[in-house]
Amino acid sequence: MSEMLIKNATVYDPINGVNGDLMDIAVKDGKIVDSVGNSAQTIDAGGRLVYPGGVDAHTHIAGSKVNVGRIMRPEDSRTGIKPRTAITRPYTGYTVPNVYAMGYRYAEMGYTTAFEAAIPIMKARHTHEELEEIPIIDKGGLTLFGSNWMVMDAIREDDQDRLAAYVAWGLLASRGWGVKVVNPGGGEAWGFGKNVSGLDDPVPNFEVTPRQIIRNLAEVNEKMNLPHSIHLHCNNLGVPGNYETTLASFDICKDIKSRRDRQSLHVTHVMFNSLGGNHWGDFVSKTDVIADYLNKNDFLTIDMGQMIFGSATTMTADGPVQYRNSTTFKARWGNGDVELEDVSGVTPLYYSPQVYFYGVMWAMGLELALLTKDPWKVLLTTDHPNGGPYENYPEAMTLLMSKKKREEAIAKITEKAYDRWHITGIERELDWYDIAIKTRAAHAKVLGLVEQGKGHLGTGADADIAIYDIKPDETDATIEYDKVKAGFRRSAYTIKGGEVVARDGTITATPKGRTFWVRTTVDNDGYGRMMDDLKFKFRNYYSVNMGNYMVQNEYVEHPVVLETEYQ
Amino acid sequence: MIIKDVLCPFCGCLCDDLAVKVENNKVVDIMHACKIGESKIRGHDRIKAPMMRDNKNSEFREVSYDEAINESARILANSRRPLLYGWASGLCEMMKKGVLLTEEVGGIIDNTASVCHGPSALGVHEKGLPTGTLGQFANRADVVVFWGCNPVHAHPRHMGRYSVFNKGFFTNKGRRSRKVVVFDVRKTDTANLADEYVQVNPGEDYMVLSALRAIVAGRVDVVPDTVGGISREKLVEVAETLKGAKFGIVYFGMGLTQSRGKYKNIDNAVSLVTELNAHGKHSIIPMRGHYNVTGFGNVCAWETGFVNAVDMSRGYPYYNPGETCSNDLLMREEIDAAFIIAGDAGAHFPAQSIARMGKVPVINIDPFHSATTEMANIVIPTKVSGVELEGTAYRMDGVSLRMRKLVDVDFPSDEEVLDKIIAKVREIKGASS
Ligand code: SF4
Ligand SMILES: [Zn+2]
Repeated sequence: MSEMLIKNATVYDPINGVNGDLMDIAVKDGKIVDSVGNSAQTIDAGGRLVYPGGVDAHTHIAGSKVNVGRIMRPEDSRTGIKPRTAITRPYTGYTVPNVYAMGYRYAEMGYTTAFEAAIPIMKARHTHEELEEIPIIDKGGLTLFGSNWMVMDAIREDDQDRLAAYVAWGLLASRGWGVKVVNPGGGEAWGFGKNVSGLDDPVPNFEVTPRQIIRNLAEVNEKMNLPHSIHLHCNNLGVPGNYETTLASFDICKDIKSRRDRQSLHVTHVMFNSLGGNHWGDFVSKTDVIADYLNKNDFLTIDMGQMIFGSATTMTADGPVQYRNSTTFKARWGNGDVELEDVSGVTPLYYSPQVYFYGVMWAMGLELALLTKDPWKVLLTTDHPNGGPYENYPEAMTLLMSKKKREEAIAKITEKAYDRWHITGIERELDWYDIAIKTRAAHAKVLGLVEQGKGHLGTGADADIAIYDIKPDETDATIEYDKVKAGFRRSAYTIKGGEVVARDGTITATPKGRTFWVRTTVDNDGYGRMMDDLKFKFRNYYSVNMGNYMVQNEYVEHPVVLETEYQ
Repeated sequence: MIIKDVLCPFCGCLCDDLAVKVENNKVVDIMHACKIGESKIRGHDRIKAPMMRDNKNSEFREVSYDEAINESARILANSRRPLLYGWASGLCEMMKKGVLLTEEVGGIIDNTASVCHGPSALGVHEKGLPTGTLGQFANRADVVVFWGCNPVHAHPRHMGRYSVFNKGFFTNKGRRSRKVVVFDVRKTDTANLADEYVQVNPGEDYMVLSALRAIVAGRVDVVPDTVGGISREKLVEVAETLKGAKFGIVYFGMGLTQSRGKYKNIDNAVSLVTELNAHGKHSIIPMRGHYNVTGFGNVCAWETGFVNAVDMSRGYPYYNPGETCSNDLLMREEIDAAFIIAGDAGAHFPAQSIARMGKVPVINIDPFHSATTEMANIVIPTKVSGVELEGTAYRMDGVSLRMRKLVDVDFPSDEEVLDKIIAKVREIKGASS
């Protein structure tokens, strides 16, 4: 197959410790190799910035709730339009792009992998139908387990083998890569319009607590040797004072040993879960306390969930939050309960810098990233499209790189926010290496994708490469942030699996991506007990027959299956 | 051989518990299906071969697939404003190809929801939709409302499988676990099975919904003595039933979407249900007709950003219901060619639209003879999806399932026909540009 040589690249490859070295990168058959022959296609990077292809460990790009957003918001699909070309289908949408724009825009920014952060098992077929239609990028998804009857019954009956067998079955049924836990227990309570109030508030009718759900799933996750840790969306999201719940949730997993070279707990969009105060009147940022915890502990990672001012479509398995949002802001409300498993809600919001709590929340994402010393512990995300669309990652990157840019942004935010946050006192400015960590290397590491060849440029890695029209040695990102943002927004070259898929922000090829999922063998009698319970639930409570439930192979055309074993 | 877990390719219930006995590549017995589902699986009025005619009054002559496909492609490629309509009785796989073909020819793609639950989509644009899967309602709902729908006839197994007679986790007494209320202009067979039948004056659903909202909001004082033919006392009683529910579910049909008020009715119904969530848990769901009409909305949304009525003449999706729905375009006499697939425009469009279809070339892709066949110039028979072909369909609640194949036939699939038309259109357009 084809060979390629990228010459004169200023490379940042944190996983391999490469920090701005001028070097050549050789590619053969879609992988990074040590050298290639003379006939290789040559790209002269001319000293420009080269990163591994971007990896997004938490984004909402496919499935039922994304489509609910599209159907609910034709006004969103009327933006971001680009007509079809000889090789691209039309683009539509800003917060809820169509499947084509979804893949093209990631590729145009130099991103080559994205993981959907919430797959309801029962609706996983839909998720994969959309994932398959998203061009270019590789993908995967995290499966929802936090309010599932099978999970809660096994936990209540103290049967971890059965729990593991079900998690394995659920990952297979949904072709999922990891265990997502959203507002544990709250989804079941929302089945009757209620919620759980904290980690020790028992789930109605199931008599297990959110704490037990988190602990058991985290333990089982390690016994299953899954590539990713459990991925937690904490209870009490968006409630002032919730930082205490967040800290207590961290503590649940403090003594859990990871079986792999990664965290044993990932907590997502922590910005929404770092609120201090007792109500919105006295609400303040508590990111300092959260960052302090991260600075003292090495078992956990988080992502920012950075807020971007403007239009957002919030979508989450946290059903009660969305009901509250829609009633508070008189916004449209899409609710999507999934029998026996979970719930979800979709609500469009508009984040104005003139509303103080949005101003503070905007600052909080940045604070988490800047106050936490180790760049590997905090991933750059917007929890697309909850904090805002992923096309704004370059905005978030440059905010982290430039104090001056932050000051400019702060000047546009209502002064009522100023005494509630920490952002004004923060001098730190991230460099090219830090950004490479926060936008690709750490994402791959957190997801357990490094061995799969993602997030780095070492020999044998996937030849997913982004060349940006930025010369690091001639560019001062602390001042020239507009130029840097423009550079990150449109890569000079995006190379995916050794093929140039975008040039100067224009798509040049649209190969199909692959989908990662995990198959775990649970070889003990927990499996039999699980199957008995599962069959009982299908016979009595599911509205779909078990024989029609699981995602079939037809829906994942280019799978990459990681096999693990439960111990 | 008995094939289990078979899905029914007829109505939006998409029952997936059928068992079908197949012998010598023939369906000999169908178990668990209702009558209309069974009749669809058995088939009838099958079109045997592709046919063409120049003049709609003349007789069809049998032609080869290639000839019919090439001529269809020629018509579409040369049309300035082709309409590609139907889609609801096909699989998602072919719908994706339908969107692509529409892009290729710069046409308008629209589905049967246009004359059915299209207004529901507009209601969703206005207010959203608090909803869920049918099993959620089956397991939890203690108050069940049917508004302007008659499942006894249109969705015969709905009440037995999902909504009324079945037992669930929190509804383990089946029928006795639920209070059933029917709002309709007529005392339907569904109303006969209800605990409460509320007769609404034709065209006055909107007012009844408004009155209920007022009562739920504690403003019974603004409600007149009778609204929509219903006494205030009765409305208060029903509102109390709704407020008292632990979990209330509203199933609604064309009695609400296609009566006076149309999408405003849906807006109002969704608002009522949203407001009821201050009391218990409440959801609402449209009773979708064709087994995969919900799938079209989903495919169209993820492909184009819009749920139906998408005009591709600009090279990108443009959606403006009232302007870009099939009947808007036909009545304005803009359409100069019609491609009708997996839906029967001939049987369901108003006379003015039909008149326009009578004047333009009509291509009909369908396994079965229908009213559309009568006005077609080209007819291309295909496999019956879910009987002769496997693939994806979406139940009325948006749960995606894989339809099974029961028997083998020689007909091409819709998708294969679309692929060939797309290839031919590209060839024609490529040659002329
Ligand atoms: S209710 Fe509908 S889906 Fe079920 S068997 Fe009857 S026609 Fe088929
Ligand atoms: Zn998220």
